Amino acid sequence: MIRTPLRPLARILPARAAGESPCGIERENLRQRHKHMHDKMRQRAEGRLLVLGVFFLFAFAVVGARMGMLATSDPVEPRASAQGAAISAARADIVDRNGSLLATNFETHALYAETLHMVDPQAAAKGLVTVFPDLKSEDLLEDFTGERKFIWIKRTISPEQMQAVHDIGEPGLLFGPRDMRLYPNGTLAAHVLGGASFGEEDVRAAEVIGVAGVERYFDTYLRDPANGQKPLQLSLDLTVQAAVERVLLGGMKIMNAKGATSVLMDAHSGEVISVVSLPHFDPNSRPAPAIKGDQSESPLFNRSVQGVYELGSTFKIFAAAQAIDLGLVSPLTVIDTKGPMRVGGYSIGEFRNKNYGDLTVSDIIAKSSNRGTGRMALEIGPERQQDFLRSLGFFEPTSFEISEARRGTPLLPKRWTELSAVTISYGHGLSASPMHLAAAYAAIANGGIAVKPTILKQDFLPTGKRVMREGTASAARAMLRKVVTEGTASMGDVPGYSVGGKTGTADKPKPSGGYYDEKVITTFATIFPSHDPKYVLVVTLDEPVETSGDKPRRTAGWTAVPVAAEIIGRVAPLLGLRPTVEPNNLADITMVSSN
Amino acid sequence: MRNVLFVLTTVTVIALAFWAYNQHYATQKVLSETDRLHREIREAHARLAVLRAEWAYLNRPDRLRDLVDINFDQLGLLPLRADQFGHVDEVSYPASEPLTITNAVEVSGTLPQAEVNRP
Repeated sequence: MIRTPLRPLARILPARAAGESPCGIERENLRQRHKHMHDKMRQRAEGRLLVLGVFFLFAFAVVGARMGMLATSDPVEPRASAQGAAISAARADIVDRNGSLLATNFETHALYAETLHMVDPQAAAKGLVTVFPDLKSEDLLEDFTGERKFIWIKRTISPEQMQAVHDIGEPGLLFGPRDMRLYPNGTLAAHVLGGASFGEEDVRAAEVIGVAGVERYFDTYLRDPANGQKPLQLSLDLTVQAAVERVLLGGMKIMNAKGATSVLMDAHSGEVISVVSLPHFDPNSRPAPAIKGDQSESPLFNRSVQGVYELGSTFKIFAAAQAIDLGLVSPLTVIDTKGPMRVGGYSIGEFRNKNYGDLTVSDIIAKSSNRGTGRMALEIGPERQQDFLRSLGFFEPTSFEISEARRGTPLLPKRWTELSAVTISYGHGLSASPMHLAAAYAAIANGGIAVKPTILKQDFLPTGKRVMREGTASAARAMLRKVVTEGTASMGDVPGYSVGGKTGTADKPKPSGGYYDEKVITTFATIFPSHDPKYVLVVTLDEPVETSGDKPRRTAGWTAVPVAAEIIGRVAPLLGLRPTVEPNNLADITMVSSN
Repeated sequence: MRNVLFVLTTVTVIALAFWAYNQHYATQKVLSETDRLHREIREAHARLAVLRAEWAYLNRPDRLRDLVDINFDQLGLLPLRADQFGHVDEVSYPASEPLTITNAVEVSGTLPQAEVNRP
């Protein structure tokens, strides 16, 4: 650009010649130059504003367009990202301690009808009845031709049935995918698994909810999509459970009992290896709960945790153990068990009015003397007895993780008098479940540490509270062993496994008060091997009668004990226990290896 | 110079556009491949679940027990009992195999034929 000079000679010289001041010319030129500069800057600024305006307009247009796209488009999963293998919509599996499947899901279909799309309701109803014989043609036709537009016909159908329905060729019959809960082992461990059913149902999916057992207790865990690939591992052993169920069912039939239950527990960790309650049911088609009558007669009733019974003489070992622990007696202390013995106005008698005379504490347990344990309970006193039984867990429902366990609240006397102390010392007046008893025996078996029964496989040994000294537990175990070798449970000996245990026979209470004469609940609570106990087994039979002799026999020694012995004989090898020789009399012998 | 720059820029833009076009279609292809694989994995998972359920169903203790009973004459299986445990001393050692002789060296001489025949 050529700058115009402020004082151009061509104009100044004529101006001077005319006698005018050249300053006017300079001012004029300066003004013009400033104006020019001003115009140029304004133009540039306007241009910049325009660019900025266009930019912002564009930016807002992009944001607006994106918002519009997001608002109108369907949401889609990001396809490029790696698929979350850990996320699964299906309910988590349940497996046993070795990883065998106990519960899993199965893809099936639900069948429903949309009457608006139906072409020939009559043919559809007729066709459906041939596929599903349990349906009624008239009912279906009434539904199809009635007011309703949407009808569920079957909740789960097999692929074969689905094909058969397809073959009917009715466009109004439709299928929705369903995840069905499947228990491949049928009735095995039915009470632990409980069962599942459908919650909220939709055409595309339905939620599966647990209705009982671990399915209900761990419902939140099992439904959590993050746990889809992580099965819930139970402490049950499928093989052991099957063997125990088989033996117990046989035992229940031979002993003519109307119900039976058994609990097999690891004495140190509290893991329940097997828990059976008979009669049982198939969780794949869980029966409806009994509406009327006694709930405890229903197969759904879990006798092992819900059934609170007076467990009879099995409680005697607790009185003896506590008396030893408090230093009141030793296993060899002689106690007078002669009658009559009157406490609180009631006479305490023995089984069949026997009179054992002077007995050592050890023999009181072996012969199961009511008066003997009653005298020990009086020495202990009601308060200390309550504290001890509370520490063993007899005052509240067990922590066993199935939904029914919360309902197994022990029945305690309202006032714990001296009479209560005496009767409870031999197992009357306090009702508890077999699971409670197994946990308490586990404390004796493991050397005096309280355990909490659990259905989950434990990776670490839980640390419980000490409830008795180790020496006391050891003395109690020796007494339990003596019950089997010399006492009431002579049929309970299993060669190689040195079983120790205590029998209990309790009359059944009438609902109207008082006790039945001929109805009993027999229990055998055992620990094995008694010199180094690993497992606790409690077997309880409901109203057993052993009829091989001249007159019917109902005591635990004739009913529960042989069944328990058979269970131990079958199960101990499966648990990996080698038969051992009891080391009692070998203390002085030095083992020397030959050659 | 300027024109060369213009031409170069235009060519670069065209090349980049071509590259982006290719990339777009390659991505689409990979995505649909991923979709297919995901679908296959899902189906395989479903199949696996069915197979696991069937395996568990076929191995249920009731059925195995019945099979053992039916095939008792062939299998002769009985429940494991305490008396079936043995001691390691009761297991006999396997018979030692005779040494195989290789590269045998003859240490005894053979008698000449004449001496053998001599009475």
